Amino acid sequence: MTQTYEQVLVELAKNDERIVVMTAENRAAIRNVPALLPNRFIDTGITEQTLIGAAAGLALRGRIPVVHGLAAFISMRSFEFARTDVGLADLPVKIVGYVPGLLSDGNGPTHQALEDNALMKQIPGMQVFTPADNAELLAALPHIMSDGNPWYIRYYDGEATVQHEAFEPGIAEEFGDGTDVAILTSGYMLQHCYKAIEKLDAAGVSTRLVNLRTVKPLDEVAVCSALLECRNVLVVEDHFRRGGIYTDVCEIAMRRGVTQARVVPVSFHERWFRPAKLEQVLAHEGMDANSLFEFALSCHATSAQEKEEVFS
Amino acid sequence: MTNEQLELISRNVRKHILTMSKSGGCFLGAAMSCVETMVYLYGKQANISPETTQDPNRDYVFLSNGHDVPSLYGTLAEFGFLEASRLEKHLDISDVIFWHPHTDIPGVEFRAGSLGHLLSVATGVALDIKMRGEDNQVYVMLGDGELNEGSNWEAILVAQAHNCDNLTIVIDRNNIQANMRTEDLIPLEPLADKFRVFGCQVEECDGHNFDSLATAFEAERESGKPKVVIAHTARGKGLQDHTDRVDRWFYTLNESEYTSFMQEVEA
Repeated sequence: MTQTYEQVLVELAKNDERIVVMTAENRAAIRNVPALLPNRFIDTGITEQTLIGAAAGLALRGRIPVVHGLAAFISMRSFEFARTDVGLADLPVKIVGYVPGLLSDGNGPTHQALEDNALMKQIPGMQVFTPADNAELLAALPHIMSDGNPWYIRYYDGEATVQHEAFEPGIAEEFGDGTDVAILTSGYMLQHCYKAIEKLDAAGVSTRLVNLRTVKPLDEVAVCSALLECRNVLVVEDHFRRGGIYTDVCEIAMRRGVTQARVVPVSFHERWFRPAKLEQVLAHEGMDANSLFEFALSCHATSAQEKEEVFS
Repeated sequence: MTNEQLELISRNVRKHILTMSKSGGCFLGAAMSCVETMVYLYGKQANISPETTQDPNRDYVFLSNGHDVPSLYGTLAEFGFLEASRLEKHLDISDVIFWHPHTDIPGVEFRAGSLGHLLSVATGVALDIKMRGEDNQVYVMLGDGELNEGSNWEAILVAQAHNCDNLTIVIDRNNIQANMRTEDLIPLEPLADKFRVFGCQVEECDGHNFDSLATAFEAERESGKPKVVIAHTARGKGLQDHTDRVDRWFYTLNESEYTSFMQEVEA
């Protein structure tokens, strides 16, 4: 039977006295932890700032605090505490943000974490993991807990729809090595991109799908390979365009002088998304498998044309 | 350690502060106001010495109002944590002695500068000590103006909810924040009552008098409550021209001020 996040977390904690589980009164994924780990569970109430500051204090005492909250609040309300008390002090606090990106479906823009990765990436030393499903999430936990760096985990524990390679930070996993269309993505969007890629393959397009897994460190080799070998590179993310994977890909392309591919963002630019049921949001925003397939196909169809026409 | 010894050390700490203020300036008035409290914490109250800065059984002293760092560094120098000669490298690129504390200085438990952070951090340390069933004490100094920051009140809620009676919050109550009297901007009074209704034990004292400080710190602990010591002080204490002045915040001493103030402190 498939394990859950909290089962693996408690297992790791039972083998490592340093691990303390904390939350700012959001127990969605850790409901049974208080009973299973009574002396190493702290709920600070709805206090993201104190949560992160206190986690830094616990880490000073040699603990590995794993702190939980909604991604929008734990990345923003307490950002300066993460930057100054965790980042500056270089403490191994693990920050887990629930319900990031599109997953906030009906909550509305107050709850839409579309800049969490951008913020967390800015903190020197902070690593950012964007699991695509439960399997990838659980596979990475042992490494993240034993690693001395602070980490941000953009939590997603949906059922896996692909078979993953062994987790390694900064190493992407690639599906296919085609040259017409590459899709770079991570996290929740992987499953939708995977289905889009299957449709493209069926339509005779030569494709590759790159699951970046950690957006910091980012796998520059996989990014450059796609930029060098593919005519169209789509960067799909449920995140703001600015500060997301797309920004990093463009920066890598310029820095390394690999600029011949057309790099197309599919993300949110200068706006939030319209709240509704998740399936409807995906379709409305052009981020479900069908929309991604059609968009990629249109990019492929115009790839012989001048770039300017596409970007106009 | 006798009061006379603590007073002598306080004089020396003030001289260190003047030296730093001459070299590139510092937050002179605030540093001067908490000298006796700092000296009392390191000289009498906290179980911490240059030999035990990494000992998990030590008491912890956190300075949250990081701009008071000349007072902390002067105190650490006087108690042998830090070579006093390093203070002459104030703002020198070859060392890390600048306007806010750095953990490369022995005895500095955490970096500070952004107000409203270290009460949370200290609460985390206090929580860990309780989880382990140990009995070391955690002291965290805050400026009174710093209490404008909501994060402090959030942290107090958490500390009292978790019965952190190993935590002592020390308020340097000099009644002046950067450019204003606290009561003219965001009135804090009745401050002791505020802490009491937040579930804390509150003691008040004259923050320039060692007997008074001792009475407050040694007052019997109410079980399950964080303790707050409100140390009533004066900004710029020790320098007549700087005492209790709203217009003395960041200050750079010129040579003649330095000479005359050193004499004033010595007298």
